[in-house]
Amino acid sequence: MENYMKLEIAAKSINESFARSAVAAFALSLSPSLSELSDIKTAVSEAVTNAIVHAYHGANGQDKIEIECQTFQTSTEGVLHIKITDFGCGISDVEEALKPFFTTLASDERSGMGFTIMQTFSDGFSVTSEQGKGTCVTLTKRIGGGVARQEESYPSETVERERVNA
Amino acid sequence: MNIVPQMSGNVLYMQLQGEIDEHNAAQARAYADRIAERYAYQSARAVFDLASVSFMDSTGIGFLIGRYKKFSRYGVPVYVTNPTQATDKILTVSGVYSIIPKI
Repeated sequence: MENYMKLEIAAKSINESFARSAVAAFALSLSPSLSELSDIKTAVSEAVTNAIVHAYHGANGQDKIEIECQTFQTSTEGVLHIKITDFGCGISDVEEALKPFFTTLASDERSGMGFTIMQTFSDGFSVTSEQGKGTCVTLTKRIGGGVARQEESYPSETVERERVNA
Repeated sequence: MNIVPQMSGNVLYMQLQGEIDEHNAAQARAYADRIAERYAYQSARAVFDLASVSFMDSTGIGFLIGRYKKFSRYGVPVYVTNPTQATDKILTVSGVYSIIPKI
């Protein structure tokens, strides 16, 4: 089974909640656990927030963010690919931006952990950026695979029940 | 996002409710700092109760560390309690517990 969606939103902070919820809702067809859903929402929130705060410098809503999702279901697991693209200022040094605690906006209480959290909360991550053109973050999340299951700290019966209800 | 402060003896509890993201953090910061200014002098410690946080991203890390700095100026140690599984994961990954212990 394969599914696809594309979403275009104004780069406004009020859309952060909508964006992460929309991606989570799209992922429901893969029957994710609550923990997997939460990981997806967190990673998407980081990427969208980066676009609004850094790529567009908190712009006024003329700027757009594209979110594309693709799901695949095999007999053993589901896979969610998420691509989040902005057309903002780009990142001058991606390697440096990926370092934990690196931020260009320390005065705003930015933690510098956005990319670290995207990497930690997903199973695949990449970022490409071109100055003056924009940035594209891709995230891959495996749903229901063996590796993800081992991370669950609650009993497997609970997980199974959540899957059925999702 | 909402913050409900409550003094219990000489401990200041601040219950955080709802979603903590970049959109709603600025208002929450200002409110939390007003609470700090009002209660810090009578507080032996400050505890953020995270039981009712339904979502948090790295903005929450910045929020907690910012409040830790604020309370530190008054010599008041800061703790967190009752994180949900999702919140606990993000606080663990980011190393926040090394300066704001979980109780």
